[in-house]
Amino acid sequence: MYSHDVLVLGAGLAGMRAALEAARSGANVAMLSKVYPVRSHSNAAQGGINAALTDRGDDWHEHAYDTVKGSDFLGDQDAIEVMCREAGQELINLEHMGVIFNRDDEGRLGTRAFGGQRRARTFFVADITGQAILHVMYEQILKYNVRVYDEWYATTLITDHGRCGGVVAMEMRTGEVHAIRAKAVILATGGLGRVFEPSTNALICTGDGMSLAYRAGAPLMDMEMVQYHPTTLKGSGVLLSEGARGEGAYLINSRGERFMERYAPNMMELASRDVVSRAEITEINEGNDIDGCVLLDCRHLGRAKIMERLMYIHEVAMDLVGVDITKDPVPIRPGVHYQMGGIKTDVDGRCWDPSGGWKGVEGLFAAGETACVSVHGGNRLGANSLLDTVIFGRRSAEAAMDYASANNHLEFSEDNWVGGEKATMQALLDNSGGDLVAKVRLDMATAMDEGLGVYRTEEGMQRALDAVRGMKDRFKNVIVQDKGKAFNTNLIFALELGCMLDCAEAIAVGGIDRKESRGAHSRLDYAARDDENWMKHILLYQGPGDQVTKEYVPIVITQWQPEERKY
Amino acid sequence: MQAKVSVRRFNPDEEQPKPYDQQYDIEVEEHFTVLDALIKVREEVDGSLALRCSCRAAICGSCAMRVNGHAVLACKARVSQHLSDDGEVRVEPAGNQPVIKDLVVDLEPFWNKVRAVEPYLQPSLPEPEAEYLAPNEVMLHLVDVMGCIMCGACVSDCTVLEVDPNFLGPAALAKAYRFVADTRDEEDSKRLGLYNGYGGIWDCTRCGECVAACPKGVAPMDRIMALREKAIESGTPPGGYDGAAYGYRHAEAFEEIVSHKGRLEETMLVVKTLGMFNLPKMLGMLPVGLNAMFHRKMPSPFAPTVPGVNQIRRLAARIKMNKDGAAR
Repeated sequence: MYSHDVLVLGAGLAGMRAALEAARSGANVAMLSKVYPVRSHSNAAQGGINAALTDRGDDWHEHAYDTVKGSDFLGDQDAIEVMCREAGQELINLEHMGVIFNRDDEGRLGTRAFGGQRRARTFFVADITGQAILHVMYEQILKYNVRVYDEWYATTLITDHGRCGGVVAMEMRTGEVHAIRAKAVILATGGLGRVFEPSTNALICTGDGMSLAYRAGAPLMDMEMVQYHPTTLKGSGVLLSEGARGEGAYLINSRGERFMERYAPNMMELASRDVVSRAEITEINEGNDIDGCVLLDCRHLGRAKIMERLMYIHEVAMDLVGVDITKDPVPIRPGVHYQMGGIKTDVDGRCWDPSGGWKGVEGLFAAGETACVSVHGGNRLGANSLLDTVIFGRRSAEAAMDYASANNHLEFSEDNWVGGEKATMQALLDNSGGDLVAKVRLDMATAMDEGLGVYRTEEGMQRALDAVRGMKDRFKNVIVQDKGKAFNTNLIFALELGCMLDCAEAIAVGGIDRKESRGAHSRLDYAARDDENWMKHILLYQGPGDQVTKEYVPIVITQWQPEERKY
Repeated sequence: MQAKVSVRRFNPDEEQPKPYDQQYDIEVEEHFTVLDALIKVREEVDGSLALRCSCRAAICGSCAMRVNGHAVLACKARVSQHLSDDGEVRVEPAGNQPVIKDLVVDLEPFWNKVRAVEPYLQPSLPEPEAEYLAPNEVMLHLVDVMGCIMCGACVSDCTVLEVDPNFLGPAALAKAYRFVADTRDEEDSKRLGLYNGYGGIWDCTRCGECVAACPKGVAPMDRIMALREKAIESGTPPGGYDGAAYGYRHAEAFEEIVSHKGRLEETMLVVKTLGMFNLPKMLGMLPVGLNAMFHRKMPSPFAPTVPGVNQIRRLAARIKMNKDGAAR
C-alpha cells in the first residue's frame, strides 16, 4: 500500500504550500490532485496578494481591521490577526522563491489599491498574480522532488472512530482504485463554484474536499456565505479582475452614471465586493441595465497601462465577448466567485477541536478555500484569498507534521475500503433509465442561482433546498455513459456531482437558518444585521440519515467590536 | 448554426485499440469556442468523449489540442472561425505526445523535459531580509515569459520533436530562459552550459511553429534565440570543445570564417565546429564530404577571400563593438 506521513489532497496554492513546507522539513509527504498542479484554480486569482509591509510604513493591524470590517464582523479575529501578522514574511518568502512581482522605481515590490482597504497593500504580477505564484510554487515542488499523484481522484477519507488515516483514490489514467495510507491528511481541494451556474470558477471547482470531510463527520461552517464578484462576464461568468477597479476603472450604468456614488460615496468602486455586487443588482433591477448588465469602463486608463497591468483581462474580454477594453466598456454583472465558508478548522488547520468545543475528524487538516478558519467571515476582501492559501497551507503542514510524528498509522483493511469504493462506482456505472450527469448538475446549479443569489428570501432558499433534495434522489439513478476504465471523466463528473449536491444542501440549510443580512448573505426578509442573535458561526454536520445537524460557535473577538459598516 | 465536429478518438480499453474519427452534428451558438462545442458533445451526446479542460479562460492550460491540424487552446478558438466550407471542424489530440484516450495525451515526457532544465530559482547570494531588488523593466520583461501556462501547444507543433524526441522543446526552453533573464538567478553560466548540450538550444530549426501555436504570446523560439545569444556572449562554449555544444561552435565558426574571408567555407566550418582533432566525428562526416565531392558540390577549402574583404572585416568589427557597447 502507498504510505506517507502527510498526504495533501489538492495541488493549488494551499496544497503546494503545505507540501513544500513538509518537504523542506524532510517529512514523507505526497500530494494528490485530480489535475496537474499548474492547472489548479489558484491560476485564476488575478489581482494580487495583500500584505502589510512595515518597511513600507504599513501596519498589519490596519490590514486586520480592514479584513474584520470586510467580513462584516463574522471573521474570527484571532485567525485574522494570525493571517495579517504573518503576511509580510510569507510575501517575502514568495519573492525569494522566485515570484517576479511588479516593482517600484527602486526595484522594490510595488503595490496597487484593492477593494475594502484604506491603503494600497496589494502586491501583484500584472493581472496574472495567481498564475505567477502557482507556477513558481510548482517550481519549488519540482526542486524538492515531492511525490505527486498527478490526475488521481480521491473519493473517500478512510476513517475509524473519528480519526482519519488515509484516502481511497482512483488513478484516472488506468481507472484503478487504491488506498493511500497517511498519518495526517490535509485537504486543500479548493472551492465549489460549479454548484452555481454561471460561475467564475473552473470546471474542477466542485467542492470535493468539503464533501469528503462532511461525509466523514467534520462540520461545514458558514456555508451560506457565497461571494458574488462584481465584475464577471455575461454568459460564461468568467472573471475580470478587481485589479481593473484598483487601477481606476469605473462602473457605469445605462445612463452613463458612476452609480457607486449613491452606494459607497467614499470608496466608490472599491467598496467591499458584497456592497458593489448589491449595488449592481439594484441598478439592474431598477432598469438601469444594458441587457442584464452594467458596464466596466477602463478606457480612461489608457492603452499603455492596460497592456502592462491588465493584459490578461484585455485578452479574455477580446476572446470571449469580442470587446477591446481600451476602446469600449465591457458588459459585466455579479457572478458566483468564492466560498467564504467551508470545513471548520482552527488556526492551525485542524478539522477537530482538541479542547472539545466542537467535534470533527482527528488527523484531518484543511487549508485554502475548502477550509473556513474563518478569516473571511461574511465577505472576503479581494487579494486576501491568495494570502489565506499560503499562510494556512504552511501552518496546516506544520501542525500535520507534529501530529504525524506523535501518532502511528491508523490500522484498516485495504480490501474493505477499496472494495467498498469499487462497489459504489460500479453501482453508478450500472444505472439505467435516469438523467445524464450534466442535466442534473445544471438543474441543481440553476436552482441554487435562483434561490441563493445576491438577494435571498426564506421562500426562495426553501425552494432551492427542496429542489436540491429532489436532485439527490435523481442522482441515485444518474447515467454514466462511459463504461470504460481508462480516463473515465464521465464517472468522475458523476462523483463530483455527488459532492456538489452535499455542498448545495449545506449552503441552502445555512442560508435559511441565518435570519439576518450579513456580508454576502443578504435577505430581503431580514434586511438588517442582527448582532444580538447572530454573532455566531453556523456549523453543519451530516446525519444521522438524511438529516443535517446544526451547532453554533461564537465568533472570536479580540480587539474590534462590531460597528456599522460603511464605505 | 449547425457544426460538424469531427473528433479523432482512441479508446485504450479496446482489445486492439486504433484511432478513428467520429463526427458529431450539433447546434452551436455564434460565440461558441471549440471547447464549448466539445463540452456540449460530452454533456449531451456522448459522455465517453475524453478531454482535459478546466478554466474556460485560457489560464489553466488544460485544453491544448489540434484544431484543423494546428495546436490551439480549445477555449480560445471560436468554432465559427474554424469551420470549413461544408461546416466541419476537425479536432485531434495534441501532437508529439502519446495519446492516452481521445484528446487526452500523456504529459509525462513534457514534464520530464521541464524538470531537465532545473526549473527553479537558484540564487547564489544569501537571501536578503527583505525582497531581492530587481528593476521593474526586468520583471515586466519576465511577465511575458511567465505568461506561459504549460499547455504544450508549442510542443505539439514543434517540427524538431517530430524527428528528434530528445529535443528539450520550446516549452522547457522558454521556461529555462525565464531563469537566465531573471537577475536574481546567479547560475547563468551553469544553466547555459546545460542548455548548450545535445537536445538543447542549438537543436531548434527556427521554423516558427511554436510562435504560431503559442496562445499566450510567449514566443518560445524567440526565447531560444535569446538563449543562444546569451550563450555566445558568455564567451567560452560551456562544456569546452569536448562537449556536445556543436551548435554553439557552429555559430561561432560561421561568424569567424565570414568575418575573416568575406564568405563561408563549408569545409572549414565542419572542421572548426567539430574540432580539428575530433577524428571519430570527422570520419563520420567523410561520407557526406565524398558524396558532395562526387556531385561537384564540395567547396574548395582554399577558396580566396572575396574582393573588398576589408570592408566586411570593418563591418564585422563595428557590429561586434556595437554589441559590446549595448551589453554594457
